[in-house]
Amino acid sequence: MSRVVLPYGDTTGDGAVQLSFTLPVPAGGVAREAARQLCLKMNLENPQVVAMRDLGGGYTFFVVYAKATRGVDLDAIHVPEVSAPSWSMEEIDRLVAERIGRPVRVVGACTGTDAHTVGLDAILNMKGYRGDYGLERYQGFRVWNLGSQVPNEVLVAKAQEVGADAILVSQVVTQKNVHLSNLTGLVDLLEAEGMREKVLLIAGGPRITHELAVELGFDAGFGAGTLPSQVAAFIVQSLLERRER
Amino acid sequence: MALTLNIDPARVARARELAGRIVDQVQPFIERHTTTAIERAVVRLFGVEGKGPDEVPLANLVVESLQDGGGLDRGAAFWMANACRQTGRTPRQAAEAVASGALDLMALPLLPEDEIRAEVERLARAAVDRIRQNRRTREELIARYGERPSPWLYLIVATGNIHEDVVQAQNAARQGADVIAVIRSTAQSLLDYVPEGATTEGFGGTYATQENFRIMRRALDEVGAELGRYVRLTNYASGLCMPEIAALGALERLDMMLSDSMYGILFRDINPQRTLIDQHFARMIQAEAGIIINTGEDNYLTTADAYEAAHTVLASQFINEQFAHRSGMPDSQIGLGHAFEMDPSLEDGLLYEMADALLSRACFPDAPLKYMPPTRFMTGDIFMGHVMDAMFNLTSVATGQQIHLVGVLTEAIHTPYLHDRFLALENARYVINYARHFTEEFQIRPGGRIERRANEVLERTLALLERIAESGLFQAIADGVFAGIRRPRDGGKGLDGVLAKGEGYLNPFYDLCLKGGGEA
Repeated sequence: MSRVVLPYGDTTGDGAVQLSFTLPVPAGGVAREAARQLCLKMNLENPQVVAMRDLGGGYTFFVVYAKATRGVDLDAIHVPEVSAPSWSMEEIDRLVAERIGRPVRVVGACTGTDAHTVGLDAILNMKGYRGDYGLERYQGFRVWNLGSQVPNEVLVAKAQEVGADAILVSQVVTQKNVHLSNLTGLVDLLEAEGMREKVLLIAGGPRITHELAVELGFDAGFGAGTLPSQVAAFIVQSLLERRER
Repeated sequence: MALTLNIDPARVARARELAGRIVDQVQPFIERHTTTAIERAVVRLFGVEGKGPDEVPLANLVVESLQDGGGLDRGAAFWMANACRQTGRTPRQAAEAVASGALDLMALPLLPEDEIRAEVERLARAAVDRIRQNRRTREELIARYGERPSPWLYLIVATGNIHEDVVQAQNAARQGADVIAVIRSTAQSLLDYVPEGATTEGFGGTYATQENFRIMRRALDEVGAELGRYVRLTNYASGLCMPEIAALGALERLDMMLSDSMYGILFRDINPQRTLIDQHFARMIQAEAGIIINTGEDNYLTTADAYEAAHTVLASQFINEQFAHRSGMPDSQIGLGHAFEMDPSLEDGLLYEMADALLSRACFPDAPLKYMPPTRFMTGDIFMGHVMDAMFNLTSVATGQQIHLVGVLTEAIHTPYLHDRFLALENARYVINYARHFTEEFQIRPGGRIERRANEVLERTLALLERIAESGLFQAIADGVFAGIRRPRDGGKGLDGVLAKGEGYLNPFYDLCLKGGGEA
């Protein structure tokens, strides 16, 4: 059976949505009608302009409630997700000790011009994120956190020097898609150095999805809200799988 | 302000004394050295603007030629004055001649020392006169329009294109912004030169250039005249070019500049020696120009836990204050930074935020404190974010903050859209107006949560300052005392630009600014 869903307000299938946007039109009757018609063109029904605010300079801001009419079929959706077991730090450390027999070496950096280390630090710093300890805290990990604005060349050289098992790249700034060129540049460089198959390559950042990361040639991508233990579990699981192969 | 916090003034005095001792330990080192960035700032203050071959700024070409020739330890002012006096060129013409290879500054015969000194003095006076004129213009405009009530609403524009920034900035001013900050392109702090000309491409911000400063200044004066109020302009001096950008800010009448004694070291991995030497000169120029500096302690809380690390903020504020004093800066220009960054799930978090904000207020009663909105726990849920910003706005007005960076509900998503900024300003204006005289109507309960928290943070600050005074500032930075980041004294970028002042080193600005060379 198909599972078609619509947005929910207070009745199943009511399709209730709220949206807000600005039109480059001075506030007034024309602007209000323009906002309403715009919603109709978005296939929304019964649009109610509940707020119209004059932003000055010929711009007007709207808040609109309306009904979505076209549902989505959940069964037709496929979302690639990172499959990582939910292991605790202790479990991961034990697995590393018993089955790998040496600490896993991880090199991390914010590459290119990106100076935002908050995500990288959340995963790597001892303190971690939301009560979940960072990789530095693990017995089973040895971590090199290179910090911000690291050129891909430096990152690859460091990975080579320490014999990294995994490389973590964080990208926060996405203006003009600079993150995409930074990430693909790294893949190209690793391939040129003959290292791509030897390391797990992981991207992270608020605009990073697993699907995007895989498309760019990475092994995995982690978005906002990722806990360090999820990344740790993914790394260890992947290393164990590779050993078995 | 009537909301008073009961803390022991003797403990505050002790903290200040310790910070003074910490700064005095490194001040002689600072004063024995100069940097390529300071020398370039001198060249720029002499009026050198523009670029030479390969887009290299003239200021860099002049200073590099002196560094290569081994003469930089006498100071760029010395060689420039000698050349200008002999050849009849202006500093800019001399720099252009250096760039084209027509002039070798160090190959010219040396004029008698007193002639060089007189020329240096003349060139420097012209710069200082211009800076003082800018200061008077600002004062006159504020007197004409009237000063804005605090907290001043501070908004950021960051399109990458200075002409687009102008549109956004003028719009923000019309919506109520008192201060406009043009955020810089992401990597500019690591460039060892200041780009030239108007720029239309940048990542995450717009390059700080003299021409961009000029364009935005004109735009804000224009919209200020339309609105009948003075709109302040801010840019960022931290980084490898701190003294140079400070000089450009002074020349182009910027009103505020991000200028921290340690930010570049900690967050941009700039060499500690370089930064400490640079900040001394930069702030001296900013002091002369009447520019309010903004320090960067808020950044500590974006990496460390705000509840746990509050004492590192306060300790750093004391150190920043002392460094600024050594540059001749009065308290009224020292915009010490802090932030509203506690975990929103923390019970009584609002009270602790108020305690910390009041503590800074109480320790630095005459400083225009710069208060930063939540970023760390902004998730993309704009509804929750808007509520957090409202709490921040309330805390700001309730604790008498001066410079209020307006929190925007789409923080952590994108640089603000037109309506994001509108909603954020509306939120700030609403709360600040709605609670305008809050401070006059409430008292802090003696022995209560807020007072206990403030005293605890103050005591931890004292313990930390004691430790730093013992180990020395360089060692403390190397040990990761601030923001948990370790920066060794000889590490980081820009150490190659540090040099000891040589015999006969000449830099007229130290005398003119610090020793009160007298109004011309």
